[in-house]
Amino acid sequence: MKGLVRPSQLVALAILLLLPFAMRNNFMMDVAVRVLLAAVAAVGLNLLMGFAGQVSIGHAAFIALGAYGSGIATSRFGWPPVLALVAAAAGASVVAWLIAKPILRLKGHSLTMATLGLGVIANIVLINEVAWTGGPDGMPVPPLQAGGLALTSVGQWYALAAAVLVLAIAGSLNLYDSPAGRALRGLNGSEVAARVMGVDVASFKVRAFVLSAFLAAVSGSLTAHYLSFVSPSMASFTHSVELATMVVLGGMASTYGAVLGAVVLTVLPQLLGGLQGYEMMLFGLILMLTMIFLPKGLVPSLEDRLRRGVRGADDA
Amino acid sequence: MADFMQFLFAGLTTGAIYALAALGFAIIYNGSGVINFAQGDFLMLGGMTCSAILGMHVPFALAAALAVAITVVIGLLLYWLAVKPAGETSVVSLIIITIGASIFIQGVVQIVLGKNQHTLPSFSGDTALHILGAYVLPQSFWVLGVASLLVVACAVFFRFTLIGKAMLAVAANRLAAQAVGIPAKLVLLLAFGLSALLGAVAGVVAAPITTTSYDLGLMLGMKGFVAATLGGLGSGLGAVVGGLLVGVLEAMMAGYVSSAYKDAVPFVMIIVILLVMPRGLFGAKSAERV
Repeated sequence: MKGLVRPSQLVALAILLLLPFAMRNNFMMDVAVRVLLAAVAAVGLNLLMGFAGQVSIGHAAFIALGAYGSGIATSRFGWPPVLALVAAAAGASVVAWLIAKPILRLKGHSLTMATLGLGVIANIVLINEVAWTGGPDGMPVPPLQAGGLALTSVGQWYALAAAVLVLAIAGSLNLYDSPAGRALRGLNGSEVAARVMGVDVASFKVRAFVLSAFLAAVSGSLTAHYLSFVSPSMASFTHSVELATMVVLGGMASTYGAVLGAVVLTVLPQLLGGLQGYEMMLFGLILMLTMIFLPKGLVPSLEDRLRRGVRGADDA
Repeated sequence: MADFMQFLFAGLTTGAIYALAALGFAIIYNGSGVINFAQGDFLMLGGMTCSAILGMHVPFALAAALAVAITVVIGLLLYWLAVKPAGETSVVSLIIITIGASIFIQGVVQIVLGKNQHTLPSFSGDTALHILGAYVLPQSFWVLGVASLLVVACAVFFRFTLIGKAMLAVAANRLAAQAVGIPAKLVLLLAFGLSALLGAVAGVVAAPITTTSYDLGLMLGMKGFVAATLGGLGSGLGAVVGGLLVGVLEAMMAGYVSSAYKDAVPFVMIIVILLVMPRGLFGAKSAERV
């Protein structure tokens, strides 16, 4: 156990604190908030895909569950947004727990297909249940507020999103080094071997799934309030693939990799002046190229190179 | 009863399309252990390129042949450029590569041919035939006929030709096959080509009924996979029976319960199947290797 705060976390914290001073305008701040919110979901999905090695391309379903949970509870039932957010995240976790048991008995491609189906079904439900969800047009979501204080400026949103991300990163890093994290990485390597070592494989997979769904839902709820709008495209196949691409590109099993993946995939479209229909082609290309040339992903590959560089300097 | 027959014919027609998709999965899975997530996109490519070429006032037979040829080339390229360079890698990596390929293909088609739905003219008119109280479009017979033909051709190919037997040998034991001089990589390349061919033909024949758009492959691929799993992965007969079963169940769901939720049928099926009979109806026994 290395203690609660590591040097890498302090660096991350410093970057998050200093970044707003480098932002010249609200547009850049807006992009930064989107990055942070996406990173929360990516860190969550990394728990499942990176740590436990279970590929999900239906995770946008949980983002949508959080987003629509918040949207419906606040605008249709008048719940306070904070209560709605907690309830939506808890609800998504319960849903994840209920479907995790059967779905995680599937392995490899079967699991991937099942999560794909899950995402598709979530999308179908959101489009068809017009009375609840507003159908294909989506629905407006009131601003996030608690006790008369409403989050309105993009600066306030940045602070909130950064705080949530820091918590998610800290949780993920601690999990990685904990016995549970070792168990997860063990079952990623070989499920049979992990079982032989006495790891309750099924239960650890379920926990990783629920945790990743929880973070996805939190990210979804906050995104819904931030954009003041939700639409079924939140649960779309493209969105699920985008999330998975973040994890794969940044580096499976690397927490900061997931964050970097979120940065690249959110900022890149802005730099290119909106992708205007090219996003699918780009995501596909990134997925293939990463797997072929950098199978470990950006951050772990960079770490390897740095370590080799340091060792090389020592030898000299 | 008339309703039932109507749904049954509809189900068998879409089922035949799923069966061809499932057969494509089985061929690649047998050869390489890879589940090709871009399988559905082969069907989409067949339909989309055929309709695009028809738009250039090319005779239908030539357009169909060109569409199939283009799709086969893309299938070969998929193996050559994406699957082969990855080498001996984990299942997870291969899953992600073929997902990437699928999205890439969809992305390119969306840019080149647009987001709109395309359709092909029926091969022999749109006058429905009255059979056993149901109205059946002639195109349904085309789908069923072509599917049966391809299934039989595949069976003959694997049983009686040297290349087919070589593919089965690689599927059974890649190392041993290479030891007796079978070029395993070439055989895998062929497997991708062959399953692209099956997909493209299915896509062209089905397009007049299903219409086609860049994202059609997602659903078709998923249902083909469910069909292949239901029949038992890797089994040719299983793929056909699985495909027809998924098609009929889906049509009954659409007809008697809710057409909006018919796409949920395969998803529920896959979980039930894999939990109740993980090897499917005709699948071989397998043990997980450590």
